[in-house]
Amino acid sequence: MNYEAVIGIETHVELLTHSKMFCGCPTDFGADPNTNVCPVCLGLPGALPVPNEQAIHWTIALGMALECSIAPHSVFHRKNYFYADLPKNYQISQFDLPLCVGGHLDVDGGTGERRVGITRVHLEEDTGKSTHLGGSGRIHDASGALIDFNRSGIPLMEVVTEPDIRTPEEARAYAQELRAIVLALGISDARLEEGSLRFDANVSLRPEGSTTLGTKVEVKNMNSLRSLQRALAFEIDRQNGVLAAGGTIAQETRHWDEAAGRTESGRGKEESSDYRYFPEPDLVPLEVGPELLARLRAGIPELPAVRRERYMAAGLDATAARTLVAGDLSGLFDDAVAAGAAPRAVANWLSGEVTAHLNRTGTDAADLTLDGAGLAELVEMVDSGEVSATAAKDVLAGVLAGEGTPRKVAERRDLLQISDVGALVVAVDEALAAHQDEVARIRGGDARLVGFLVGQVMKATGGRADPQAVDRLIRERTGA
Amino acid sequence: MDPADLSIADAAERLRAGEVTAVELLAAVQRRASMTEAILHCYLTIDRDGAAAAAEAADAALARGEDLGPLHGIPIAVKDNMVTRGVETTCSSRILSGWVPPYDATAVERLRRGGAVIFGKTNLDEFAMGSSTENSAYGPTRNPWNPDRVPGGSSGGSAATVAVGSAFGALGSDTGGSIRQPAALCGVVGMKPTYGLVSRYGLIAFASSLDQIGPITRTVADAVTLFEVVAGHDPSDATSYRGEFPDPRAESGRGVAGLKIGVVRELSGDGIDPGVLSAFRATLDALAAAGAEVTEVSLPSTEYALSAYYLIAPAECSANLARFDGVRFGLRLPGDSVEQLMSASRRDGFGPEVTRRILLGTYALSAGYYDAFYGQAQKVRTMVIEDFSRAYRDVDVLVTPTSPSTAFGVGEKTADPLSMYLSDICTIPSNLSGDPAISVPVGLDGADLPVGFQILAPALHEAVMFRVAEEVERLVGFSSRPALATSEGAA
Repeated sequence: MNYEAVIGIETHVELLTHSKMFCGCPTDFGADPNTNVCPVCLGLPGALPVPNEQAIHWTIALGMALECSIAPHSVFHRKNYFYADLPKNYQISQFDLPLCVGGHLDVDGGTGERRVGITRVHLEEDTGKSTHLGGSGRIHDASGALIDFNRSGIPLMEVVTEPDIRTPEEARAYAQELRAIVLALGISDARLEEGSLRFDANVSLRPEGSTTLGTKVEVKNMNSLRSLQRALAFEIDRQNGVLAAGGTIAQETRHWDEAAGRTESGRGKEESSDYRYFPEPDLVPLEVGPELLARLRAGIPELPAVRRERYMAAGLDATAARTLVAGDLSGLFDDAVAAGAAPRAVANWLSGEVTAHLNRTGTDAADLTLDGAGLAELVEMVDSGEVSATAAKDVLAGVLAGEGTPRKVAERRDLLQISDVGALVVAVDEALAAHQDEVARIRGGDARLVGFLVGQVMKATGGRADPQAVDRLIRERTGA
Repeated sequence: MDPADLSIADAAERLRAGEVTAVELLAAVQRRASMTEAILHCYLTIDRDGAAAAAEAADAALARGEDLGPLHGIPIAVKDNMVTRGVETTCSSRILSGWVPPYDATAVERLRRGGAVIFGKTNLDEFAMGSSTENSAYGPTRNPWNPDRVPGGSSGGSAATVAVGSAFGALGSDTGGSIRQPAALCGVVGMKPTYGLVSRYGLIAFASSLDQIGPITRTVADAVTLFEVVAGHDPSDATSYRGEFPDPRAESGRGVAGLKIGVVRELSGDGIDPGVLSAFRATLDALAAAGAEVTEVSLPSTEYALSAYYLIAPAECSANLARFDGVRFGLRLPGDSVEQLMSASRRDGFGPEVTRRILLGTYALSAGYYDAFYGQAQKVRTMVIEDFSRAYRDVDVLVTPTSPSTAFGVGEKTADPLSMYLSDICTIPSNLSGDPAISVPVGLDGADLPVGFQILAPALHEAVMFRVAEEVERLVGFSSRPALATSEGAA
């Protein structure tokens, strides 16, 4: 029997607010342990939460970007469970009245576009971080633990999809598109390696054509787009194997082991948790009025899907448009085009050399020392023949190495083409004088040797001569 | 007259007249405390050094011409469930034994800014759960009128210290009557403000949607003063009132002629002790004679209010008290795992009443029971609010006895939680509705124990509540003091 995978994804997005969700502590990553803390995020007796308005507004903005309905009345709840890195032993989260419900996102995993339903987007607070000492570093054989509460209370947005995803590729495309939207909104740095975007997936299989859901397995610990895709591919294979062997799928949580390339069952039996949710009495309900909605809607920037369409209308192919948007290169692209450069030339540079540079160095578009004006200048220099196509790659490398604008780099690295006829005439005449036999054979009708002479001039000028101009001069002088 | 027996208003006046200093006022309450603490145990901590420094600073400021307001230089006590920077705060619980907070509650900070001298931290029922101050891990407080009796609770230490004169005023907290009932049982004034008027930041939460800090004083005027100092919007408390702050003195001095006073039928007959009822009715007669229109009003939902309260408050407390786990502060017992450490610390750290309410609340919130218990209780809460607003269409204020009985014997009700819970039957409805209420002493029963008269008003209408309270105080003229407050009594 053939089985179809049914996948739903929960994404936690750490917001880029300056202060935490319910107190004024800073949210900087990498501060010394327990320095970004106060009575509120340490859960000291008597401390009370005050919600971060920016975080609420950004959650609504994401909801709008995902075409959700924004609840006019929404409520924070307490989610009760005892855990050492959860200082109050309850998490302030949202339960049956989240800020955003019922949206969708269209994604293409290579088999055509699919509409992924968004169940809800809600807001909650992050926990602290435990470090286990001794043993293997895992909790069960640790001799002690240290807790850092710097992360405690950082605003965390949770985006939950309907079980609408069918393949690991679609899952990846969904995650990538969500990340692009979050970046376009400027609400998170979306750095996967720092955990600002974390994915959990629910996976089940069912016979193709069936509409009932199979037993689901929750897969956790995927911290890159690639590991999300790999983990789901593994898990679908694993479940297929179990079913093919006549077995049944156990409802459980499995952890993705990136190094081993497999999902591992969590230890022990799954306990069904009762979080005893109830409305957080320290906070008043959130009332979102039409004026705030209008203001937030007006602030939504161009979203990735619309941007890709605009790029394709400007003559880019779908792949280039996707690369620019997904790689967060749209800003550079738009700036360069606004500075007068041809869209396709700009897109070629960005999706080619620049993307290769980012992949090679593992850096983000935000870290580039290239700006839109510089990119336009480079395109202009190639168009006008100031640099050759080959030399232009060196110019770009210089710009990306922080050596300055393209023109400065070309000058410093001596990469400008010699288009000055006077200078070229001297070089051409020198070459003709040095190769009189070849000149005589050209005059005798063997025009193929023109290319040889052009090569000689290029060699003598260190490749900086404009080859077309050289070719023209040689032909004039030899009558070829 | 011993300065310890002055009202805040009189002490403040003499301070400014140069007849007494803040240091002398502090010495007076210290003397009174040293005479009475061994019997009463109002305090868990007396901050001698902090208070002495504050009193000296207050005198120096006055000498420079800096006047911080009506509490400047006045010794005030604070219930030990409000955090005080650098001074141990335990909530009368073993689980917080030795915990020294790194910050001040907003109400405490406002006292300090107003120049008050914070004398010490008063005893309470553990985490404010109780009606007799017997549920304290550090021993009970006793009633200054008769040390064989309880002072009420949970703010029993605050009420007793004000009654006996070892503080000029005190802050209490009121979740179901914890200011008003002990004030009634100790013969002093106790007021619960409209929910949201006094910041809860730094008040160690029992039940967040019901808790409110308020004053305990010997006169109504002093209650207004103390209330005004601690009240006001606080950006650190999301439930803090944001609107225009109502002037509590707006109706002062107008008397009660023409005011409509509603007697709550369900809370002023059956179940109320005869001694309480007779003082209550005498007060009604005096109000009527002064021109008030006294009518009877029905609040049918009060029948269910106590049950609803004992679901909502424990439910909230079960979460509020989850943070006491031995991990970051307070008592920590060893364990082989963090779960063992937490459960051992909590088992040892919490007393039986707190444990009972945490279990009750955990149960009420559990899957499958939520709707029947917590959900149903919230519906009752809505009914109570509707009952009140219906009643306030016809009357300006409502009145009841503050508590069904006067001070009961130490140990009398500890074995029977339900009978203990019933002593809050008259006070709980206004916590559920969030409305203000005040208890004013109106006489003594046959056993020479004080009786409290409760005045309730609509939310934000403190002004009319205080107006009636000051008139009750004037008409009844309750001026008795507990024997312990006189030198003969203490000797």
